[in-house]
Amino acid sequence: MTKYLLQRLLSTIPTLFGVLTIVFVIIRIAPGDPALAILGDNASQEALNAFRERLGLNESLSLQYWNFLKGLATGSLGVSMVTGTPVVKAIAEVLPFTLELAFGAIVVGGVIGVPLGILSALWRNGWIDSILRVVSLLGLSFPAFLTAILLILWLSIEWSIFPVISTPTDGDLWQRLYHLILPALSLGLIMVAYIMRSARAAMLDVLGEDYIRTARAKGVAGYRLILHHALRNALIPIVTVVGLYFGLLIGNAVLTEIIFNRPGLGKLIVLSLNQRDYTTLQGLMVVSAVLIVAVNLVTDLCYALVDPRVKLK
Amino acid sequence: MTALDNPTTMTRGHSLRRFVRNNKLSTCGLALFALIVLAALFAPLISPHDPLEQNILARLQDRSSDHILGTDLFGRDSFTRILYGLRLSLLIGLTSTVLALVFGCALGIIAGYRGGWIDSLIMRIMDMLLAFPTLMTGLFIVALLGADVMNIVLAITVTILPKFARVARAPTIALRDREFVEAARTLGYSDIRIMAVHIAPNVMGDVVVLASLWAAYAVRIEAYLSFIGLGVAPPTPTLGTMIRDGFNYILDAPFVSIYPGFAVLLVVLSLNLIGDGLRDAIDPKLKTHDERERP
Repeated sequence: MTKYLLQRLLSTIPTLFGVLTIVFVIIRIAPGDPALAILGDNASQEALNAFRERLGLNESLSLQYWNFLKGLATGSLGVSMVTGTPVVKAIAEVLPFTLELAFGAIVVGGVIGVPLGILSALWRNGWIDSILRVVSLLGLSFPAFLTAILLILWLSIEWSIFPVISTPTDGDLWQRLYHLILPALSLGLIMVAYIMRSARAAMLDVLGEDYIRTARAKGVAGYRLILHHALRNALIPIVTVVGLYFGLLIGNAVLTEIIFNRPGLGKLIVLSLNQRDYTTLQGLMVVSAVLIVAVNLVTDLCYALVDPRVKLK
Repeated sequence: MTALDNPTTMTRGHSLRRFVRNNKLSTCGLALFALIVLAALFAPLISPHDPLEQNILARLQDRSSDHILGTDLFGRDSFTRILYGLRLSLLIGLTSTVLALVFGCALGIIAGYRGGWIDSLIMRIMDMLLAFPTLMTGLFIVALLGADVMNIVLAITVTILPKFARVARAPTIALRDREFVEAARTLGYSDIRIMAVHIAPNVMGDVVVLASLWAAYAVRIEAYLSFIGLGVAPPTPTLGTMIRDGFNYILDAPFVSIYPGFAVLLVVLSLNLIGDGLRDAIDPKLKTHDERERP
């Protein structure tokens, strides 16, 4: 296990390095001068020079790249071009909100999706399966904003159960949870479709295995067979799929945050886009890519931990 | 090579025909998609209104016989704007999918066929592109290069291209050592010819299925980008922009953003129905595996 872990860890290094390079290059090849974009066309030459000097934009590209990597090594993403505060701080402030939303969505998706997927697999090609497959296709096709709008209309405006705009106040845990429910439900309903489909596929695979036949032959039946023998093994691919969809989840979370006007990566992205704050954008790209690489790594490791066959490959 | 060597290829034609007969969902999807395309193409003939014509006195009106899906905040006819918005959605979605398919498959086939360091290099780069959260890649590209049709197509292409490369690479590796490829090599055909003529057609089955699923995703990315404000500039109607503008009036006139939202849903649903059915028809065994390459 240690050997596999090390191998897997080492193999992410070139990917991570490449990702960081891509981010650096993309930000630099973008047309437009950041100094002009932020200070405006009327800024004096001295002001522009001072701005460039402060952010190190006058250095050669190779030196800028070196400084970028050096900063990353010490956990710094530079300072915001607009506010001058460290980018790491700005991102660290909002990241928990996005992560709690993503986590809430996975919970919603799992709690609704897994049982429905099992039902679908058990009654394969029956009417329940047909209905659920149409429902899941519909769920896969729902644009994130439409789900949000319909939920707001239905639960916030029609029934007034939840607030229209989610502004989680800090401190009070219940308030925070209360404000999380509607966005998490909105994002989670999309995850339901994905999780349901993978749960169905995984259950179908497992139910065809020899050990299920053996268990049946030994007289195991009903809930015991499904929960203990089948689901336990089917959970591995389901967890993997959740890991694989993490990138999609974060993308949709960004949209959900914008709609619900929730603090999080989404709002920060839109703000930095509007202000053309290149350093914050660069930091956001780095953080989101590192997050995905890390989740993929953890997913792979979980997979290996539960299924010893993976390591042999 | 005898037909027995490859039962999937042998029955592919049969299953496709059977699929049209038996698979109601996919046929529904195909019909729905065709309907949407026709409606978008013939928008000026279908709707008597101009998509840009404003009428402030008739703003935010609900459905009526004159405006069958109501009007937006400038009194423009929503139905007409949705039809014109669909044009842009379909244009951007389909163009970027085709571009991603062509370039992604080319890269995947080259990687799989050549192997060695070329394979490692190409696939590593694809892995790096996949490391960015979906949507974010597109978002950053458009934000930095500017929001016009070309850049949006480029952004979506880059987002989905790595998936095509991966899907094309796997079967290429299996095909590389098959007798008919070796025969072509013995005959002295160039690598490019072998990849284009002998391998590419055999890879396309898997790829085309995913293409329809990815087209569905491409349409959604376009809508998301314009929803965030990174779409084609107003007053050109795009579905995402319509939803965003209408969202400000959600309390008084929710229909302004809901109808374009449902238009996005219909396009995406029709493409998903087509892709799902095609996949079941071509190879039911692929299901679990493919679930992971899905958008």
